[in-house]
Amino acid sequence: MRQSIKTILLLALFSCNTALQAQDDLLGLLGEDKPKKEYIKAAFKSSRVINAHSMEFINPGTMDFRILHRFGNIDQGLKNFFGLDQASMRMGFDFGLRPNLMAGIGRSTFKKEVDAFIKYAPLRQSKGPGSFPVTVAFVGAVTVDGLPWADPTRQNYFTSRMAYYFSAIIGRKFNDAFTLQVTPTVVHKNLVQLQTDPNDIIGIGVGGRLKLNKRMAFTWDYTHVLDGLPTGYYNPLSVGLDIETGGHVFQLHVSNATGMNERAFITETTGQWGKGEIRMGFNLSRMFQLKKKKA
Amino acid sequence: MNKFITLSLLLIGICSSAFAQKYFTKNGSISFDATAPGSPENITADNRTVQCVIDGATGNMQFKASMKAFTFERALMQEHFNENYVESDKFPDAKFAGSISNMSAIAMDKDGSYPATVKGKLTLHGETRDVETTGKVTVAKGKVTATANFSVLLSDYKVNVPSLVSDKVSKTAKINVSCGLEPLK
Repeated sequence: MRQSIKTILLLALFSCNTALQAQDDLLGLLGEDKPKKEYIKAAFKSSRVINAHSMEFINPGTMDFRILHRFGNIDQGLKNFFGLDQASMRMGFDFGLRPNLMAGIGRSTFKKEVDAFIKYAPLRQSKGPGSFPVTVAFVGAVTVDGLPWADPTRQNYFTSRMAYYFSAIIGRKFNDAFTLQVTPTVVHKNLVQLQTDPNDIIGIGVGGRLKLNKRMAFTWDYTHVLDGLPTGYYNPLSVGLDIETGGHVFQLHVSNATGMNERAFITETTGQWGKGEIRMGFNLSRMFQLKKKKA
Repeated sequence: MNKFITLSLLLIGICSSAFAQKYFTKNGSISFDATAPGSPENITADNRTVQCVIDGATGNMQFKASMKAFTFERALMQEHFNENYVESDKFPDAKFAGSISNMSAIAMDKDGSYPATVKGKLTLHGETRDVETTGKVTVAKGKVTATANFSVLLSDYKVNVPSLVSDKVSKTAKINVSCGLEPLK
């Protein structure tokens, strides 16, 4: 008898104890949340670092309307209002197709050139189970020069207007503030100006951003051309400031490059930083939601 | 000997009441509306993976909502919400811990609609504030549904709305909670 009472008492105490413990952590009763694989977002504020494609993709179902301006050289002084009197522009539309797939088309006033690209990331930086440390993305693009033929007397082919570029983007968002990416790019031109000019030019790009606060970031974008840049052409370097305001991103920068696609800025940058041949420019990005997300 | 029996019975009695049914869900819904008056865009989002446990005996209740599970109509809004406003990487969850103070008036096992007074602490964006609201517990055919509405002042939780978007994003968020609960076994 005594034994059984003791048992009951102990049991009662024990059950009481667990019940009281549970009181403090009700959610604990539901068990631990399973950690989930999560893709890293917002490595850059925009799908371009400044000129070069960034590791960032725009969201599926959205369209990015991009207006890019590159002004004249700052060293022209007040006469040309520090270059602002002259502007070269590119207008473009980018479309988010999948979280890791986007495509876009644009037209630049420089050479009346149309360019179209597709960008795909087979691997994306993620955290949690099965995480991957970097994003690996590829860009393939074609550009079509729209100028009248330089020499109409010779036999001209449409393909002579075309050039291609292929980039691989390997990037990592190291933390909230700092992102760095390396971008090997090859530009192929079907027709070049001089017989001595190479058709293929290979460059290694290094781009990054440093967030200054929630809505502003310092960015830089440099491409080192490995070989074959004809004399009078230089490696493009741009430094800028990203400002995000709701649906817009403003990318203000100074650069020695005028071109607004890879063919143009990697192979046809004529300015030299050392000589102060730099220009102001901006990219304006406005995001439109084409497909409503809600169920 | 009798004392022992009495004590045991008493303890069992206390414990069994503490053991009374708990109710839970892992797919409760919380939505909010932070649209400023006259804004061209709706700043609304909802989360359908809210966890909630209510203790039917004491009225104690807890909620947890993963911030990244709030979905918006516009993908960019969602990105900005997580990145700039609630900083979801730093503060992944919003939590509420409190109690229904008139639990004794609510019969979880009897069909009916019962008003509930809820008091507790809401933790959001790393800030904890006292929240008090009246909600409703509806029992119909053994199904328990708990709903509540309340508003929070975003500045209380150090969620900063820049003046540039103040015509779109309101200073307060109206929050809607709705949880269909099941008995916890």
